[in-house]
Amino acid sequence: MPVSWTLLIVLVLAGAGYLVTRARVVALAGGDTRRLHSRPSYHGWNAALLTALPALFLIAIWRFLLPAANATPVAVLALILAAAGLGVALSRSAPGFRARNAVESMVKGLLILCSSIAILTTAGIVFSMLFETGHFFQQYPWQDFFFGTTWSPRFGGGSQLGILPLLWGTIYISLIALAVSVPIGLFAAIYMSEYASAKLRSVAKPAIEVLAGIPTIVYGLFALITVGPMLRDYFAQPLGLGNSGASVMTAGLVMGIMLIPFVSSLSDDIINAVPQSLRDGALGLGSTQSETIRKVVLPAALPGIVGAILLAASRAIGETMIVVLGAGAAARMDMNPFEAMTTITVKIVSQLTGDNDFAAPETLVAFALGLTLFVITLGLNIVALYVVRKYREQYE
Amino acid sequence: MSDATLHGAQPRPSLLVADPRTRKRNAAEARFRAYGLGAIVISMVMLVILLFTILTGGLGAFRQTYLEIPVTLDAAQLDKTGNRDPADLRKVLTLTYGKILQQSLEQAIADKGIAIADLSAKDVSNLISKEASAQLRNRVLADPELIGQTVEARVLVNGRVDGYYKGRVSMESAARDANTSPAQLQLADALKAQGMLATQWNWSFLTSPDASDQRPEAAGVGIAILGSLYMMLVVLVLAVPIGVAASIYLEEFAPRNRWTDIIEVNISNLAAVPSIVFGILGLAAFINFAGLPQSAPIVGGLVLTLMTLPTIIIATRAALKAVPPSIRDAALGVGASRMQSVFHHVLPLAMPGILTGTIIGLAQALGETAPLLLIGMVAFVKNFPSAPPDGLFEPASALPVQVYNWTQRADPAFIERASGAIIVLLVFLLCMNLLAILLRRKFERRW
Repeated sequence: MPVSWTLLIVLVLAGAGYLVTRARVVALAGGDTRRLHSRPSYHGWNAALLTALPALFLIAIWRFLLPAANATPVAVLALILAAAGLGVALSRSAPGFRARNAVESMVKGLLILCSSIAILTTAGIVFSMLFETGHFFQQYPWQDFFFGTTWSPRFGGGSQLGILPLLWGTIYISLIALAVSVPIGLFAAIYMSEYASAKLRSVAKPAIEVLAGIPTIVYGLFALITVGPMLRDYFAQPLGLGNSGASVMTAGLVMGIMLIPFVSSLSDDIINAVPQSLRDGALGLGSTQSETIRKVVLPAALPGIVGAILLAASRAIGETMIVVLGAGAAARMDMNPFEAMTTITVKIVSQLTGDNDFAAPETLVAFALGLTLFVITLGLNIVALYVVRKYREQYE
Repeated sequence: MSDATLHGAQPRPSLLVADPRTRKRNAAEARFRAYGLGAIVISMVMLVILLFTILTGGLGAFRQTYLEIPVTLDAAQLDKTGNRDPADLRKVLTLTYGKILQQSLEQAIADKGIAIADLSAKDVSNLISKEASAQLRNRVLADPELIGQTVEARVLVNGRVDGYYKGRVSMESAARDANTSPAQLQLADALKAQGMLATQWNWSFLTSPDASDQRPEAAGVGIAILGSLYMMLVVLVLAVPIGVAASIYLEEFAPRNRWTDIIEVNISNLAAVPSIVFGILGLAAFINFAGLPQSAPIVGGLVLTLMTLPTIIIATRAALKAVPPSIRDAALGVGASRMQSVFHHVLPLAMPGILTGTIIGLAQALGETAPLLLIGMVAFVKNFPSAPPDGLFEPASALPVQVYNWTQRADPAFIERASGAIIVLLVFLLCMNLLAILLRRKFERRW
């Protein structure tokens, strides 16, 4: 592989540059390192960085942005760059050269570059989806996508790709998940921060956090093999509401369990942030502990709790594996919670796994779905963060 | 006091007897407490049920039923030329080995005098897994000297018979099943009574690759573990340096300006972007645009790197923030540059916190499934990838994706495999989290 060979040669050059420059500078100073502006190793590092960085950037750009480019000229160019860097470093090496400042500004540049990767990622997400979504809307009218009530992709033309049934499934499942997780999570947080002894807290808090550390695929399997069949056999069939194991209820319940630790740890933080003086005042007026919580602490914490619920909702909307395994694949707009429905994330997975034809609207629609999902969750997150931040400032 | 007279309430008769209103308030208090306790109990019970069902469902994958029979490797069938030439031996297909296994089993049944009513020849041949003939072939190809000898072979049995000993298949369900029959199960029982058939510890679940739809008994998580390991390697090599560098800049050097604000808001938003969106990014950017191969650990590793970066950055910044300013001031006071004070003093002191955050980020990445589905990790992979760096570009699977794959198969035996794979995954996660806790305990320092 030319890439790894070029990489290796560049690194060897850089290592050699370090040793040679360091030795040269010490020799120029007549062996007395006190006559140098910077410690000898800084001179060495200066040479190594100058040799390696430009060449490595070239290789990275070549590998990831222009994979089709011919390998040999780029490799030669990279080697020339490395040699040039080494030459510059060697020619500049003198006892008075401010090598430390040079190295530090290069390192700082690297640090800035690394911190910009977050921006690059967001830009990458937005552009990659915008680009393909644009292609999609050239082939499929956007009105039909946003307002269509039928989802029936057919490879070979004549697909109906309305997002509304998927959106309905997503919202329905998320609502059930929130109906499970918000009361349980909130009560758990209240008990833990207001009532629980230190001993109970030291057991219960990590146990609930374990729920947060379990991968979602595990919840998905739990929905598929335990919760789904149980709901079907004990609720749906006796009540005559359907006989599908995968259902809105299955996915919603399991997702609710997954979100409990999320809601409880966020609410815990928020309840703890309510100043003790508010509690003391209420208790001093003779209210019981629960009255203090219900009438003083919770109203004071309400904006923060709303923020936490919004964050949980954005989690629920973007969750994939639980709905893939628990909710089913049939796009349907129905009120019956024991019926299989599907969500945006499920359809992204089903349209993009397997052999993809990136010219067909049936594949491209996944990018439009992804962009919609991204916009919804981003909106929820921004509102939630704003609410939480605003609330925090209130008591600081 | 005036309240009481205003509302015309009776003065309290006794301090020792609670009046109705107090009783009501106290009852409300007790109810409220019970709700809170109930919520905690419910979540703990859910955790227990979740772990219990996965454990009970998956432990079976670590045990497998094997048949031990003497197999006569007939030279006339396996090596017609008689010169043990590897090229010629390779031309002999697994079908032939299947016949040899079948003959050996029939021979063993006859030798032991096992007689079972309405046992068809198909029942006998189907008792042995289809994978067994391939395994026997590999064994012979590795050691051609075996040809002509009679060797003791440990042979996988059919998934249904295996299921019979794990309680998944019963005589009643076998009667309705086209892939097995009660007679076959009786044969298995008879063989078991002779000590030829036994359910044993199954190492090959951890080492062997995935198997096709009809052979759940041979499926393992070997490639998936390796693929996950490769991806973690990529994440470790990329996410840790980049994440730490980004946090150092944001925490120690960044001026408070618009650009840093944008970066900070961005990082907190990225942490909440649904994981599947990262999968779309990976598909569009790394596979379609950069032309990296599908289902390769490098692509999975890159996607997971982008996903874990926010986690690592947030943890690292918290660790850096916890180092008191006096350390920095002391370093600057004796003439160190800011860069030196950070790299020589602050960073080493923040290391335990950074490590803990990194391990937790890695654990998150290890369990992530959705983005990997989109970059083609669902493909069926039968060959182990080679060692890195080349192996990073070869197709592999990943543990959580393997679980998903197995849930999509028709044979219920794969559900047991999926639960088994989850046990493996959870064991890895447990080890990582324990390591994080230990590191925190050992190195935690309070100023």
